[in-house]
Amino acid sequence: MIEGDTVTREARTPADLAAIASEGRWHVLNTVAASKAGHIGGPMSAMDLMVALFFRQMHVDPAHPQDPERDRFILSKGHSAIGYYSVLAMRGYFPVGELATFDHGDSRLQGHPDMKLTPGVDVSTGSLGQGLSAGAGIALAAKKQGKDFHTWVILGDGEIEEGMIWETVICAPRFGLDNLTAIIDLNGLQQYGWPATPTDRFDRSEPMGHVDLEAVFTGFGWNAVTIDGHDFDEILRAYADAEAARGVSGRPSVIIARTAKGRGVSFTEGTFNWHNGVPTPEQLDIAHRELLGTKEVVA
Amino acid sequence: MKSQRAVWGDTLTELGETDKRIVIVDGDLATSTMAVTFAKAHPERFVEAGIAEQNMVGMAFGMSTLGYRPWLSSFGVFLTNRALDQVRMLVSQTKAPVRLAAAYTGLLNGSAGKTHQDIEDFSIMRAMPNMTILAPADAVEAEAMIRWAAEYDGPLYLRLARDAVADVFGADYVYEHGKPISLREGTDAVVVSTGVQTSRTVEAVQALADDGVSVRHIHVPTLKPLDEHALWQHLDGMSRVFTVEEHSVIGGLGDVVSGVLSAQGAGARQTRIGLADGWSESAPNDFLLDKYGLSPARVAASVAAGLQA
Ligand SMILES: Cc1ncc(C[n+]2csc(CCOP(=O)(O)OP(=O)(O)O)c2C)c(N)n1
Repeated sequence: MIEGDTVTREARTPADLAAIASEGRWHVLNTVAASKAGHIGGPMSAMDLMVALFFRQMHVDPAHPQDPERDRFILSKGHSAIGYYSVLAMRGYFPVGELATFDHGDSRLQGHPDMKLTPGVDVSTGSLGQGLSAGAGIALAAKKQGKDFHTWVILGDGEIEEGMIWETVICAPRFGLDNLTAIIDLNGLQQYGWPATPTDRFDRSEPMGHVDLEAVFTGFGWNAVTIDGHDFDEILRAYADAEAARGVSGRPSVIIARTAKGRGVSFTEGTFNWHNGVPTPEQLDIAHRELLGTKEVVA
Repeated sequence: MKSQRAVWGDTLTELGETDKRIVIVDGDLATSTMAVTFAKAHPERFVEAGIAEQNMVGMAFGMSTLGYRPWLSSFGVFLTNRALDQVRMLVSQTKAPVRLAAAYTGLLNGSAGKTHQDIEDFSIMRAMPNMTILAPADAVEAEAMIRWAAEYDGPLYLRLARDAVADVFGADYVYEHGKPISLREGTDAVVVSTGVQTSRTVEAVQALADDGVSVRHIHVPTLKPLDEHALWQHLDGMSRVFTVEEHSVIGGLGDVVSGVLSAQGAGARQTRIGLADGWSESAPNDFLLDKYGLSPARVAASVAAGLQA
């Protein structure tokens, strides 16, 4: 269990969150190594964003995962499920030891998030590009029912190539969905992507490298801000601003979070080669040292 | 023993040396579908369309109108389901030579689970006018079909499995478009299978033979167009018919065979072995095959039980 789990949500400092995120990254690698399945790069880049949501920003109670007044969370880039499960487990939705059942068959922890199986999962995802629409629907229903909660959606920067994303981007401001926040995990890499130059076949260029995302979202009627997605001070400030806009701005918010794919471990950070893959025992040792040092992790 | 996706990447790379009409339009999955082999050899004819399957189909169609013969590179489920309207509107209706290279089809997709399981593809694609549907049993047949497809001038759906299966055919295999293939003679019942499930069924039929059950085994590599008369000749006279497919029991090979039987007014009793009308899960291959009734042992058991019933 995480140190400080008894600490109240507001009291968790950026340093506390960083420690939790390191442990979460360890769970990602350890789970993938054990089950020989799942993704690594995407969960690691989005880890700080998810830890800040579940341990500080969101109004949720793991003891009552279906509380109708809870904030909603959608991991639209569903292939990052292991990172999501790690955060949920550390936060107390289910035992950390259950991570070991990932992909073993008859498990609550499926290859992609399943709202019918896993406590803390509000929307099933896996086919990219659908989460923002679902979030808009939730936010719209909340408005109609006069409910005062926030809906948070994490998107991949490759994922937002899907046309359906832009259908929602166009329509959400029309409904005044200031209770909806999209967080783009801008790690600059997808699974294969584009060669950086016509002759260079191996270095991948940024999926959204040619797009001025802030201008585009603003143009469609969103509040947009760009932050360092690994700096908890910046993350928390952006989250607080997005929440403060609820009921006030009439505009949905987007947080464009610059991150690094595979963040936190020397051999996974910044490379598309670890989009997925299974670490060897030696690599797992290195990751343990880099993420946790000598700290023990108790399931 | 090679995986069908590796065969696809290798064969297209080779054909692409001389056939400059071949292009691959990828949906950010080149390292999974093995389009990466082609991308490295022929970067000028590899098009990355992004994680945008509808865009992929539209772009492939557009390129086809200027003489290209594009292959789409994605998981089957995103081609058959996500881009269904685009396939229907732009490809099926116009008979454009756009090839859907459906990777990771069926139940087994490297633990991605039910969101990625492409188990309704036969059903969906069979209803699509002008669509040719190819489901190779192994790597050998996959290669033969890809070579055949390179010369074919219309839309087609090629069902490729992620993981290698035991070879069914020898190096001398020749693909005959639309023809069912007899793999084994038998007297007690006939088992009809398709795709890589044929490879597992070969094992099941051998296990039955070891137990004294004599089963005729027919492989259907072409779901559409199918020489139904030829298939009927393999079924004629058999009172017990089993169909086996790594697909929903609804709308796939089981329906094809039952259509042939009923058209002939045959009195045969048919059992469909396939995925029940329900959702599955993510897990290792062996677990899934066993739990969902498609392992050789489970297929053999289903046939044996069916013969007792
Ligand atoms: C509709 C759809 N197309 C393709 C895929 C396969 N796929 C899974 S992850 C991925 C790359 C995602 O890139 P990005 O959104 O940037 O995520 P990250 O880099 O954070 O992993 C792809 C193409 C999918 N799951 N869904």
